[in-house]
Amino acid sequence: MAATLAFAPAHSDTAWPAVRWAIVRDVKLALRSRAELGVQLLFYVLVASLFPLAMSPERATLALIGPGVLWVAALLASLLSLPRLFAADYADGTLEQIALSPHPLVALVGGKIIAHWLTTGLPLVAIAPLVGLQYAMDEQTLTVLAAALLIGTPILSLLGAIGAALTLGLRGSGSLLALLILPLYVPVLVFGAGAVEAVRTGLGASAHLSLLGAGLLIACVGAPFAAAAAVRIALD
Amino acid sequence: MTTPWFKFASPATFYPLAGKMIPWFGGAAALLAVAGLVIGLVVAPTDATQGDSYRIIFIHVPAAWMSMFLYAVMAGWSAAALGFHTRLSAMMAQAIAPTGALMTFIALWTGAFWGRPTWGTYWAWDARMTSELILLFLYLGIIALRNAIDDPRRADRACAVLALTGVVNIPIIYFSVYWWNTLHQGSSVSLTRAPTMAAIMLTGMLVMALAAWFYAIAATLIRVRTIIVERERGAAWVAALREVRNA
Repeated sequence: MAATLAFAPAHSDTAWPAVRWAIVRDVKLALRSRAELGVQLLFYVLVASLFPLAMSPERATLALIGPGVLWVAALLASLLSLPRLFAADYADGTLEQIALSPHPLVALVGGKIIAHWLTTGLPLVAIAPLVGLQYAMDEQTLTVLAAALLIGTPILSLLGAIGAALTLGLRGSGSLLALLILPLYVPVLVFGAGAVEAVRTGLGASAHLSLLGAGLLIACVGAPFAAAAAVRIALD
Repeated sequence: MTTPWFKFASPATFYPLAGKMIPWFGGAAALLAVAGLVIGLVVAPTDATQGDSYRIIFIHVPAAWMSMFLYAVMAGWSAAALGFHTRLSAMMAQAIAPTGALMTFIALWTGAFWGRPTWGTYWAWDARMTSELILLFLYLGIIALRNAIDDPRRADRACAVLALTGVVNIPIIYFSVYWWNTLHQGSSVSLTRAPTMAAIMLTGMLVMALAAWFYAIAATLIRVRTIIVERERGAAWVAALREVRNA
């Protein structure tokens, strides 16, 4: 892993090469353990498939609970994938080397967050409409579901990165991460599931999607800095 | 450093000052609580529509106010701790968290007891109740993070980042829950009280709010003194304290 760190480009005055380097590296690493990514998607499908068994397979019931179930499952899948973001790099010392590099840490952390979303959030966006079919959703609802997840899952990765960095190397960090992050996920859940629910009831999803988009912009501006600060704290 | 304010930014000078302040704030809290309870339970008349069950607001509303206010104060100390690297600021933030969680819990608990006779249910997914519940989770998250980290300096800064993340999110959470609530719930349950609250009821509530405020200050100062002694136990001035030598 140390070899991949010999990257320092000559034009290091800009942060973008660092972002790109972090994205390429993390995506490459993630693609080398495809089974892990597959298990994550399988978890999503599995959780979503449990609800009809627990409640009732009637189409009316399924259509009613569908948006909420698919979004809660997305939150849980995101939570499950968060330790991937920093834990391995923290354990083998790579994260310390990354923090020591002359590039802005926030750019490297931002790149890692983007890579995390590309490898965990984006596949979820792709597979969610298929799962949605199980919940008797029509094409329009499925489109909105995918759109809401497309805007919402990056927020999950961004906010989650703060929690993942704060809990690095702590006892029982998995359940602690859930306690720290799930309350912060609430607005994403409300607007994301609300968008799908709104289009199902004929209200139109544009208001919810706009609010999700606003949330994404705020998270993009703030979360990488908070996550970078948390990484520094964890490494001190 | 001519400003006397900075003098008390050091744990060594703040410790005795806090010790002197505690009886005043604690005493004021006790007096105000007695006065507020007399006004609330004896003087204030029975409510025309809600009967005597409304009297829980004399506990409930001050607790709910303090739960939100204390989070803001905690976030303020957290920002100071990150910005100025002052140990005492982080200790104050650490000391406030349990009181804030307690106030949040009291607000939820008394709200449930008020809801049972008034709404016919202990819990409704009302916007305020839901956001108060999430606030409790935020407090518990900060306390849990603090307990999970052994190095107090790392815990200080990690909790500060988390508290600041939370304080940015609280308005968004509140707005989202309110939005969700207006879409999902009918008008069967409404927290909006009669617009004209009798002046004596309002007085009782404000006196109790002051009592809760002073209690929170006193409890925080007691807790911060304990934290100071625990964290500075290697310092000579702590070893020289009478209460430490006699212990």
